[in-house]
Amino acid sequence: MSILDVTDISKSYGGIRALAGCTMAFEEGAINGLIGPNGSGKTTLFNVISGYERADAGRVTFRGTDVTSARPETVFEMGLGRTFQITRIFPRLTVMENLHVASQRQGILGQVRGWNSAAERERATEVLDFVGLTRLAYEPAGGLSYGQQKLLEFAFIVVAKPLVILLDEPAGGVNPTLLRGLADRIRALNSEGVTFVIVEHDMSFVMGLCDRVLVMHQGCTLTAGAPEEVRSNPDVLEAYLGAHPKGTR
Amino acid sequence: MTATDATAVGVAAPEHIPYELPKPARWGGTAVVLAALVLFPLVFTNPAVTSIGVFTMIYLVAACGWNIFSGYSGYISIGHAAYYGIGQYTVALVAMHLKVPAGWDTFALLPLAGVVSAVLGVPIGFLLLRVRKHTFIVLTIAVMFILQLLAFNLTSWTNGSGGLEMSSPTWQGSYFNEPFYYVGLAGAVVACTVSWFVRRSKYGLGLLSIRDDEDRARGLGIHATRTKLIGYVISAFFVGIAGGLYAPFIGSVYPQFGFDPNFDLAVAVLVFVGGIGTLAGPVIGALLLIPLQQYFYLQFGNANLFLIAYGLLFVLILRLLPGGIAPSIIRLWRWFLVNRRRAAAGAGPPDGVPAPAMTPAGGPASGADVPGRAGRKETGP
Repeated sequence: MSILDVTDISKSYGGIRALAGCTMAFEEGAINGLIGPNGSGKTTLFNVISGYERADAGRVTFRGTDVTSARPETVFEMGLGRTFQITRIFPRLTVMENLHVASQRQGILGQVRGWNSAAERERATEVLDFVGLTRLAYEPAGGLSYGQQKLLEFAFIVVAKPLVILLDEPAGGVNPTLLRGLADRIRALNSEGVTFVIVEHDMSFVMGLCDRVLVMHQGCTLTAGAPEEVRSNPDVLEAYLGAHPKGTR
Repeated sequence: MTATDATAVGVAAPEHIPYELPKPARWGGTAVVLAALVLFPLVFTNPAVTSIGVFTMIYLVAACGWNIFSGYSGYISIGHAAYYGIGQYTVALVAMHLKVPAGWDTFALLPLAGVVSAVLGVPIGFLLLRVRKHTFIVLTIAVMFILQLLAFNLTSWTNGSGGLEMSSPTWQGSYFNEPFYYVGLAGAVVACTVSWFVRRSKYGLGLLSIRDDEDRARGLGIHATRTKLIGYVISAFFVGIAGGLYAPFIGSVYPQFGFDPNFDLAVAVLVFVGGIGTLAGPVIGALLLIPLQQYFYLQFGNANLFLIAYGLLFVLILRLLPGGIAPSIIRLWRWFLVNRRRAAAGAGPPDGVPAPAMTPAGGPASGADVPGRAGRKETGP
């Protein structure tokens, strides 16, 4: 059963058609990989799904609700969080404050009260433990290394307990040790029911982690299936390599 | 949630060096400054000196209010004189039409000046906050000049360039300034307290996240437009009160002095010098710069020579104390702590703690009043 559906989505920037009637469905409780060559529209699709860009046409539904025109804050409140290809954190806030930005509160009283409530601090500490940044909790986030910033961005999405997390190139610029740790954390959260959609160029990371892989090419869905099916699909090889490998056709 | 393989990813951080002064120093410093401000007119009874005190309090209220929006959200407004003027005209017009007697009764109109400014700040802010960065700055200036133009031209209300005269309180001699001073001080205490609450609230954290990356903040559930607008309205409220206090003190309201670009310049510079986005910054800036401004007025007349001094000071502060005075005090304190620990350990300097001056502003914005990027700590794997 799908939790996130994209139907016939199109998006152009001037003469460039980033998404050309893209249709795909992301399964609930799965780790979905989204791959494709550079410029195939993966990040644009993330932007449209998370409310950062308006689609020219088409429809996005999250848990059956139309979120095509929803704003980023609304999408997040509904339970869909995302990270960015180039990490975006709040550099002048501490690591702990970064996490508290994402923890959700309702009502005027919730906004007026101090941000560092005991329950939220406990939750934030738990998440920092989870990503291994506890000892840096009161350091300014801008001073973290790139890999740590990736973990922090991941952590402040996790702290809000979203149902779906979109990860845009989580392996980019991250060393192998950190990457293994990140993969472990993704699996741990997935075992608790969190759905993931991961855009990534590191094929070993995607194929080793994802339950299902969707491939985009020129703004459309090329194919979808289990990692081993996708890996041997000649159309995928052509899209990536630009030619048919010998003997595949 | 299970912490899997945390040690593989986890990092060994150096010993944490706090980004704020110890609590006794903060509260003790606040108490000393407050006590000094309370005693000031009792010690210095010369009206020329106490009048400097009144101007300082007026600017302190305005600076604290301005900082709640511009300091915390990063949206620099150079047009808050709009609310300074609105506050002045509100008090003058209401006092005139309702025949409010000059003196203590006029002070009762200050909340009204704040409320009128805040109410007008809603539509103005709603329009201005649709744009960001430089466009926002330019538009704030434009709005201020539009209101100044209206004040010049809506003569049936404002008497145009002829201005409005307010009757003076009958207080005599050295006592005249004292009520204005203490009412201003009370306003400043309220403004600083609100600023403190905002900084520590969940709402304030939203404002700070907008300062760092507005789009990222929206993607984490921060309703940016609403958050910014509330901050803008709060700041308009306090700047309106400052204007409301200025009008009866001077005894007249004129468009060019109500909607005064120099006011905007002064408020922005003093907050930058003190430390923008910090709790202590506006206080330090106002207490240092407004007496300087008034000294220039007294020495050289109304030639705006203080603007040259402001410019020089601004450049010096930017060069020598990046981030302003308050963050530099914190850097100095951290530098002291590092050296003390190093001496105690008999080891080399810990990573990432820069010398106190001539370095980028360091530290987080948390209660520590330290905006800016920290010295990088290479602690990761």
